[in-house]
Amino acid sequence: MQTATAPSSAASTQWVGDKRAQRSKVFDAFFSWATFVASWGTVALLVWIALQVGYAALPAVRQYGFGFIVGTDWDTNNDVYGALPLIYGTLVSSALALLLAMPLGVAIAIFLTEDYLHTKIRGIFKFLVELLAAIPSVIYGLWGINVVIPITTPLGNWLNAHLGWIPLFSTPSSGPGFFPAAFVLAIMILPTIAALAGSALKTTPQALKEGAAALGATRWDVILQISLPIAASGILGAGVLALGRAMGETMALAMLIGNNNQISASLFAPANTIASLLANHFGEATGLEVAALMYLSFILMALTLGINAVAELILERTGAAIRHL
Amino acid sequence: MKTLLTLTIATALAFSSVHADTLTLNSSGSTFIAPINGRWFAEYNKLHPDVQINYQSVGSGQGIKSFVGGLTDFGASDAAMSDGEIAAVKDGGVVLLPMTAGSIVLSYNLPGVTAPIQLPRDVYPAIFLGEITKWNDPKIVAANPGVTLPDLPITVAYRADGSGTTFVFSNHLAAISPEFKTKVGGGKTVKWPVGVGGKGNEGVAALIKQTAGTIGYVEYGYAQQIKLPMAALQNSAGKFVAPTPDSGSTALSQVTLPDNLRAFVTDPTGDLSYPIVTFSWWLCHTQYTKPGEADAIKALANWCLTDGQKFAPDLGYLPLPATVVTKVQAAVNTIK
Repeated sequence: MQTATAPSSAASTQWVGDKRAQRSKVFDAFFSWATFVASWGTVALLVWIALQVGYAALPAVRQYGFGFIVGTDWDTNNDVYGALPLIYGTLVSSALALLLAMPLGVAIAIFLTEDYLHTKIRGIFKFLVELLAAIPSVIYGLWGINVVIPITTPLGNWLNAHLGWIPLFSTPSSGPGFFPAAFVLAIMILPTIAALAGSALKTTPQALKEGAAALGATRWDVILQISLPIAASGILGAGVLALGRAMGETMALAMLIGNNNQISASLFAPANTIASLLANHFGEATGLEVAALMYLSFILMALTLGINAVAELILERTGAAIRHL
Repeated sequence: MKTLLTLTIATALAFSSVHADTLTLNSSGSTFIAPINGRWFAEYNKLHPDVQINYQSVGSGQGIKSFVGGLTDFGASDAAMSDGEIAAVKDGGVVLLPMTAGSIVLSYNLPGVTAPIQLPRDVYPAIFLGEITKWNDPKIVAANPGVTLPDLPITVAYRADGSGTTFVFSNHLAAISPEFKTKVGGGKTVKWPVGVGGKGNEGVAALIKQTAGTIGYVEYGYAQQIKLPMAALQNSAGKFVAPTPDSGSTALSQVTLPDNLRAFVTDPTGDLSYPIVTFSWWLCHTQYTKPGEADAIKALANWCLTDGQKFAPDLGYLPLPATVVTKVQAAVNTIK
């Protein structure tokens, strides 16, 4: 009996196996097809959006050309549009945010990667920092209006009263403005910097660290002379990527920047950013202003795409450098 | 959860089967008119369950675009429609219906000043032009005897987003100040020479509340709701008038509506008139093709113009004067 059943059961297993193999082949084919469509679809979508925005911007491009980028007025009544104060506001508020967030973000990354903490506590810390990225932009905006601005306003007025001769403090605080906007923006990009700088720091080969320690290096020596130099370009990439994110940020900035199209050196003066003006003006825009807004969108897209490309390049170089070690 | 879902589906099915012949009207536009529209449409639906009206508060400009593009059955706008926009509407003309009205007020933050301040006609345009920069400016002091005005810089707060409120306020300033007219002009977004921009009424209100010395323009209903102080303004007769439902309605009653019912009350006459008031319009087609649609819109508009007006004061709007209602009703009845 047993000898008779064994081969038949083996044969049936064989048969099932064949069927599985065939099924998984079909599945494989379907899966690779689906990933192909999804990834090319994403590329096509990007190109399509860029083309659409570019096409809608054409009337304004024809009308204003390059002068749009250096113009300083945004006057809907007279159809005069210039983007310079907006480009300036976007770049300065983002750079300022980066300046505030970078040291903090790198410090967090070092703290969370260099064995200062028990693994479990580290997990909680990491989770909390990442949670900052999950807070909706409008909540940041409300927090900025109700908490940050009441603190920065007296600070700005005090700086203006005592150090007003420095161009950075040349105006009293108007409430919303560069500084409160950049401060909130810094907190918003902190998780990006901390996470990416953290993974850059993790790439430091353990052998190098241990070797340095064996030669008598202190923990600080290891961090400053081994980990940070190796991670440097990765950290730079993290910063550039965060800059790109900061430039596109809309809602919180629309609530905090003051929405005044002017170029002022003062940290406490109101300003405006591209994304904020787009959000504020699109609903009621008609005619040529729509094209001008599209032109503006195109500039913002080009700026953020360019910055992201630079970040990717830097990050890729780091990866290559690490592999060569 | 599952029970809830089943229940929801069952309810939805029950409703759709009971009102299989429900007529749905889609509309969108002005954020200013949105609260009273919402109230009207909810109340009207209670009386006439067979008519369902959807309103999206997307802003006057977007409301006009959707109406011209044929996406909505009617629109709503604080700036009515321009001749160019009317010409863009396919098949047939447009009826503009002033449905409600409102005032725009100047609210401010002056610590220690309890009595409402008075602002003369030559002063408040100059404030918004950035020419009067201190609260203790001699011109403001002269208009407010007995009030101690602080030595504070004036911060101007304006709407950063395009809005009917800005349209009405800037057109009023342009009407009373030639300098404002040439330097800034009237529009849904204008190039304010000074100040900070807030998003929406709530954004401007936040700016006013936070910084001492700030002055900004908001809708009367909104200022009243969150209890912002409101300035009495000098009208074309030279009298200082506080914004109240009465002073607003008085201003409206001075207006003679033209045949197309498009009248911007940029500087109303009359001793008791509050100077910054506006109508808010519905935009309807002169002809509707879907069966029953024209009748439904006519019945709805007539109800809003009569019974519906009683909701206006509670929500901070001005009830339309009887003369205006008669004229608008005549226009409603031309819809086919």
